[in-house]
Amino acid sequence: MTQPLLDLSGVTKAYPGVVANDDVSLRIAPGEVHALLGENGAGKSTLVKMIYGLVKPDAGQMQMRGEAFAPANPHAARQAGVGMVFQHFSLFDALSVAENIALGMENPPKMRALSQQIRDVSDTYGLPLSPDRTVGDLSAGERQRVEIIRCLLQEPKLLIMDEPTSVLTPQEVEILFKTLRKLSAEGTAILYISHKLEEIRSLCDSATILRLGKVVGHCTPRETSARDMAEMMVGSALKTPTRDSKEPGKVVLTLNNLSARSAHAFGMPLREISVEVRRGEVLGIGGVAGNGQDELLNALSGETLVSPGMLTFDGRDISLLGPTARRELGVLAAPEERLGHAAVPDMSLTENAMLTGAAREGLERSGMLDWAKARDFAEKIIKAFDVRTPGPGNAARSLSGGNLQKFVIGREVLQRPELLVVNQPTWGVDASAAAAIRQALLDLASNGTAVIVISQDLDELMEISDNFAALNEGRLSPTRPAQGLTVNEIGLMMGGAHGMEVAHV
Amino acid sequence: MDLSAINPLLFVAGFLVAATPLIFAAIGELVVEKSGVLNLGVEGMMITGAICGFATAVETGSPLLGFAAAAVGGAVLSLLFAFLTQVALANQVASGLSLTLFGLGLSALIGQSYVGIKPPRLGDIDFGLLADIPVIGPIFFTHDIILYLGIALVAGVWAVLKFTRAGLILRAVGESHDAAHALGYKVKHIRTTAILFGGACAGLGGAYISLIRVPQWTEGMTAGIGWIALALVVFASWKPWRALLGAYLFGGITQLQLNLQGAGVAIPVEYLAMSPYIITIIVLVVLSADKSAAPASLGRTFHASN
Repeated sequence: MTQPLLDLSGVTKAYPGVVANDDVSLRIAPGEVHALLGENGAGKSTLVKMIYGLVKPDAGQMQMRGEAFAPANPHAARQAGVGMVFQHFSLFDALSVAENIALGMENPPKMRALSQQIRDVSDTYGLPLSPDRTVGDLSAGERQRVEIIRCLLQEPKLLIMDEPTSVLTPQEVEILFKTLRKLSAEGTAILYISHKLEEIRSLCDSATILRLGKVVGHCTPRETSARDMAEMMVGSALKTPTRDSKEPGKVVLTLNNLSARSAHAFGMPLREISVEVRRGEVLGIGGVAGNGQDELLNALSGETLVSPGMLTFDGRDISLLGPTARRELGVLAAPEERLGHAAVPDMSLTENAMLTGAAREGLERSGMLDWAKARDFAEKIIKAFDVRTPGPGNAARSLSGGNLQKFVIGREVLQRPELLVVNQPTWGVDASAAAAIRQALLDLASNGTAVIVISQDLDELMEISDNFAALNEGRLSPTRPAQGLTVNEIGLMMGGAHGMEVAHV
Repeated sequence: MDLSAINPLLFVAGFLVAATPLIFAAIGELVVEKSGVLNLGVEGMMITGAICGFATAVETGSPLLGFAAAAVGGAVLSLLFAFLTQVALANQVASGLSLTLFGLGLSALIGQSYVGIKPPRLGDIDFGLLADIPVIGPIFFTHDIILYLGIALVAGVWAVLKFTRAGLILRAVGESHDAAHALGYKVKHIRTTAILFGGACAGLGGAYISLIRVPQWTEGMTAGIGWIALALVVFASWKPWRALLGAYLFGGITQLQLNLQGAGVAIPVEYLAMSPYIITIIVLVVLSADKSAAPASLGRTFHASN
């Protein structure tokens, strides 16, 4: 075997109350695409933060090309040839692309020369990007390109990618993978963190699996099934969501030519959406991000009011009812953005439970808060959805993304909704937790709730939906039964005027 | 009423002087806010600078040493704010307000024995022939060095923020301290440096009032200029040149209303005295309609969690 590029042995890092990494060893050869797998909280992020110099290990050795490697800070790591693309982008919205890139470089050239370099690299790797644009105006995929190009300009030997595809459309994932394969062929090693096992199977050469901070196994992803990898991560057999097939009930929600302008300056208006949802039905809505998903959720939850007659729930026109009034009727929603939209970051879980649960769970009495009841409700959510947190008194911000996601979905599910609308219910959630969330949605449906799942994960939609429709530029395609839909047909429903080829999932 | 008593040349030269304390305070606060920190203690740092400068100038006989002491005094007081907000992670609004109250009290204490004394005068720069140019000469070339330093400071801050890496890093920290930290920039060091710079500038502005504009020492003599500076930064949309323009507007109207008072205009003095504050704010509110965004992390406490 050739000398490894990066060699970790016995790396340990403990935080108060939790050992994030326990005796972790890892080897990456030049040009190798190495996957790091594990559930939320398994210690993947801590491990890569140590390699990138953001966190110092308590014990253990790190070697880079045979020499001791202990970066004191990210500058040192970058100088040693380590580049990192962050899970939550480390970009500055108000600055231009070129300025953002200059900030992540050790010795950036003059702005004009840098702009030229950015253009060159973006051409070479097929990542179109204009250096003068303001980052705040870019799409998620374009923002990620900024991060990748920032790394590439430093000619890294090792590129760390922390869940790079969680915010990308299938098309953007394809572009990203082409770039990564090209890099790997040029000898750059890639350490790749993701929950999406199919992606790892198509991209990665080898994988290390972490569970509760310990290495529990290695595998070759191409020769291992996604199910086996998931079971190694979880440490037990994985349950596939199941449901009893049942005849759908009567129509409970009718959208009649629903049109609405977006509250957001760069948003997508909804255009003449008509669809019916029945009791016990799961309607899956796919589509490339930014085609009206947020706007549709807002219109259904009552954040955006629409013209009379557009929304009928249970025979009643709810177009002009606000979110609280709709909640009282049983129309609940869980938006995509966890921090700041679905939950208030600095409030405790009890308070967050109170915020949406007050009306239906009776957590307030004539304007006075019932703290005991609210705490019970929050504890019920934590228990039922296996939210990993010390208790309901902790701030929403302190939970990891996946755990908070379980909490915000659980909070709505446990309120016995008549109609539940969720957007990206399993975004950033590991395989077993995602399966649990999907199972909860299916259980709701078999108890007669109408469920609308808006998601960009087509596998997820195919797994749980009865009917499928796609959003495209604010318009909803006709619904079709999900069973028997082929990838090609879905692509056509989603693609519409985009004229782009849909990734083969 | 006799408007002909107002000499236009002296008027323009006078408003350049009236605007200078505001320019210093505003440009310092602009840099602080660009780094993402809201320091409401400008008034306190100004008055502290005013008395430190005044006392030093009187004791040493050197106005320039006085200005140096004013900058140091303002910076030392701002260090207290930096400690509270960057180390102890206290709330920035509360810390800033208490800094103002503290500065006002401290300056009154130091200044007890300086009331009624005349400070040494800082001479104007000798521009030679330039000062003899009609109109332009008396307006622009009959001032002390600190006034020119103020304008140079605005140009300097503008250039640093726009063209240099240091300026880019400062803006980046103010925009998203989490992202800057992730890239390995020392958020607290950068912010503390910015706070010190803001304190020194505010101190200089205060000393300009006590040593040149008035020149004498009275308690509370900054009279709300620090608060105007804070408003100016916001309404100038965090743009240095626009802050300079706003300062001149304020200085101009201050000077004009003083002249009008002198000329005996039949408007109650109180209305004249409040006019600079009102008009400056109205004009700046109108100007700031373009919604140039504030630094996104402004006023938020940064804590590097693991």
